[in-house]
Amino acid sequence: MNKVYADATSALAGLLKDGMTIMAGGFGLCGIPEVLISAIRDSGVKNLTVVSNNCGTDGKGLGLLLDTRQIKKMISSYVGENKTFMNQYLAGELEIEFNPQGTLAERIRAGGAGIPAFFTKTGLGTLIAEGKPVQEFDGERYVMERGLVADLSIVHAWLGDTEGNLVYRKTARNFNPPMATAGKVTVVEVEKLVEPGQIDPDHIMTPGIFVQRIISVPNAVKHIEQRTVRKRA
Amino acid sequence: MPWTRDQMAERAAQELQDGFYVNLGIGIPTLVSNYIPKGMTVQLQSENGMLGTGPFPYEGDEDPDLINAGKQTVTELPTTSYFNSADSFAMIRGGHINIAILGAMQVAENGDIANWMIPGKLVKGMGGAMDLVGGVKKVVVVMEHSAKGESKLLHRCNLPLTGANVIDMVITDLGVFTIDRAGDGGLTLVELAPDVTLDDIKKNTQASYKVANTLKKH
Repeated sequence: MNKVYADATSALAGLLKDGMTIMAGGFGLCGIPEVLISAIRDSGVKNLTVVSNNCGTDGKGLGLLLDTRQIKKMISSYVGENKTFMNQYLAGELEIEFNPQGTLAERIRAGGAGIPAFFTKTGLGTLIAEGKPVQEFDGERYVMERGLVADLSIVHAWLGDTEGNLVYRKTARNFNPPMATAGKVTVVEVEKLVEPGQIDPDHIMTPGIFVQRIISVPNAVKHIEQRTVRKRA
Repeated sequence: MPWTRDQMAERAAQELQDGFYVNLGIGIPTLVSNYIPKGMTVQLQSENGMLGTGPFPYEGDEDPDLINAGKQTVTELPTTSYFNSADSFAMIRGGHINIAILGAMQVAENGDIANWMIPGKLVKGMGGAMDLVGGVKKVVVVMEHSAKGESKLLHRCNLPLTGANVIDMVITDLGVFTIDRAGDGGLTLVELAPDVTLDDIKKNTQASYKVANTLKKH
């Protein structure tokens, strides 16, 4: 079974349809699958529901899909870095469902693990809990949240083998591993693609069972959102 | 003289203890990392997936794969570990982080906090704030006592809540308050900033509060 595709367009062939739900890894612009996002833009697929912690910045990351108005709804924890987003949202062209960041991560983890719902203290007594069941356990009250799955997950990893075993680098890991488990189909872009046996099995972070398709992106451009430095002494 | 932003951060740093795992919010709380007492070791958690967050990199050493929760470039330390977002919030929601120090728009005398949305204005989202206030053992707010002449320390918050009955301590430019959120002790003034009087506190505080017998004056 060959999981390796020549490029993003062929890796996404047959997977995209209008109105689908896509999970996209990354935190801000760190660890985003931007080569796959560009291919989704070029496909023209529309009315997408996108699950991602943020929505890119203007013209970068998921911002690419805003410019072309392919996104109908975002499920995110924070979208403050994107003027196009705000304009479309204020014009009523874009829906947003805010999830607390930990609730979002846990909904994805649960979805990928076949858990339809769970209880958490996060959001208790706030707008987020409105309309959701609240239950008491051991004298404390908790809000029920639902597991989340997607038609497609797109993921960025640093290193991968042709089996789909993955290793992430530093804080570019973020939402990528849980999202890899929660897509009905998961497509991964890796900066370095190697043969099986070249990654120490003890170091694999996402086992290949969660990955259906993989592409090599050795020249992927990485962005820095807030460049903060200190002076050399 | 009321405390400056840096002095508020310095006071907040006194709530840290050796060995603590700490989450610092954006704004004044970020400054707390400049005042960690000498000889004390704490690990700073960035909720995007890092424990042991180091200082900003030297110019030219920035790594796009290495950022904090404010999306700023940072560095790693010998103690650093990385993890995914679900594990990161297992630390936060599972009660493994000792203290979170956050900013706020409003805090109420019962420990409610509002810091994520103003109805009718642009809403950017709550990020990890609701998880932090709901899950961390001790939550300290550092904020200006008043904004545009209005007290931020209230009987009840009138902005949508980030968390209900979750705040343990409030450090403002005028002083320090504790909140007995588990019991019915309410809000207590425990410290005054230099040259701030009880009358100044009274004039600038809408919330009901007691004054501690052991009130500390700086």
